[in-house]
Amino acid sequence: MSGVSVTKGSKDAVPAAGDLVVLSNVNKHFGALHVLQDIDLTIARGEVVVVIGPSGSGKSTLCRTINRLETIDSGTITIDDRPLPQEGKELARLRADVGMVFQSFNLFAHKTVLENVMLGQVKVRRTEKKAAETKARALLDRVGVGTQADKYPAQLSGGQQQRVAIARALAMDPKVMLFDEPTSALDPEMINEVLEVMQQLARDGMTMVVVTHEMGFARSAANRVVFMADGKIVEQATPEEFFSNPRSDRAKDFLSKILHH
Amino acid sequence: MNVLLDHFPEFRDGFIGTVSITAVSSVIALVLGVLVAGFRVSPVPPLRFFGTLWVNLLRNTPLTLLFLVSFFVVPEIFFPGMSPFVLGALALGFYTSAFVAEAVRSGISTVPLGQAEAARSLGMTFSQTLRMIVLPQATRTVLPPLSSIFIALTKNSAIAGAFSVTELFGWTTLMSEQGYAIGPIFVWVAAAYLVVTFSISGIFRVLERRMEVAR
Repeated sequence: MSGVSVTKGSKDAVPAAGDLVVLSNVNKHFGALHVLQDIDLTIARGEVVVVIGPSGSGKSTLCRTINRLETIDSGTITIDDRPLPQEGKELARLRADVGMVFQSFNLFAHKTVLENVMLGQVKVRRTEKKAAETKARALLDRVGVGTQADKYPAQLSGGQQQRVAIARALAMDPKVMLFDEPTSALDPEMINEVLEVMQQLARDGMTMVVVTHEMGFARSAANRVVFMADGKIVEQATPEEFFSNPRSDRAKDFLSKILHH
Repeated sequence: MNVLLDHFPEFRDGFIGTVSITAVSSVIALVLGVLVAGFRVSPVPPLRFFGTLWVNLLRNTPLTLLFLVSFFVVPEIFFPGMSPFVLGALALGFYTSAFVAEAVRSGISTVPLGQAEAARSLGMTFSQTLRMIVLPQATRTVLPPLSSIFIALTKNSAIAGAFSVTELFGWTTLMSEQGYAIGPIFVWVAAAYLVVTFSISGIFRVLERRMEVAR
């Protein structure tokens, strides 16, 4: 556990009305493996949902289906009441509204940090270069890497790269942010700097879906914890409920393995 | 020795011919090759099919046969009155584009998948992702095989000589018909080809080195 202790901000505030992301009856197979089984999940505007579970439980896949990086076999996914379109221009437009942060950062290796944060604004949003640069620099300052703007991603530490990746996603003014194990590839001493940025985002009211193994983050920033195992959502509860009094045996087993050492 | 001095203007014209047909068909091959490589990795099945067909058809056809088609079928059916130079450049360019496409495709697959995923999740379209993110990063890996492909193209351009395009190899036929000894003729022609092919490898070496510092 990273031991991030930040006061719960948006947690007690009631999320703004309306469902932003709705998955209903979603199924997906990887060959014979049934990775997502009848998934129903609704994420309200402003809500921070943390998805936890053992490896191979399908939580990353779930996260990736929301912006259709993974296709689904059956069921429906809607974002802002619009079903996910087929691959093409319309899907590209929708993806621009859904920020994604990857485990392995995936910053564009041939572009500087600043260019990474400007690219989407200029090429997708058609923002003017000047305005895009101003915004990019402001976002880089906000995540604490403003001084690194002219370096290439490879010259940055993992924690810095991940914060740039968050800034890159934020530059598109997304309606929802997806985090696919954002701290799993980081050295322990860099996890906190990334989690702090995410805490701040949560406090500012961003709708977030976070797949993570950071229980500290789940406790302090989540409105809701979704526990997945073997391709199913086993349990959903507030962090207090989930961590102090898990209902399912699967969750009890999982928590006993990770919390007591 | 005499053969070069006696017929230097023809030799020079041949050299210029080889350089120009190589240059023009290189451009055709590069443009078509990158385009077809894009088709081959496209999410649209008909484009993928077209790309695969293009590569397999052109790569597996003997170049001489393509020249025959280009010189005797294309003018009859499509565009009459094209110069031998244009027809030759088209045949060479189309043929080589299949090899360029495969080299570029191999370069595309060396770029980590996450790069394209990140671009797509920013809302970039497939072609934006390919042009702005994947191809620039694939370029460095593609350069060494491209260099070989263009050297092969230079030497393949000799076939155009048989189809009345003025180029280096045609000069050998011309000279031997005039009774010059074949040995010296070949030495001079080989030297001229070496100038072109060494220039190509030199250009690519410079490009490779420049790409290295870019990161």
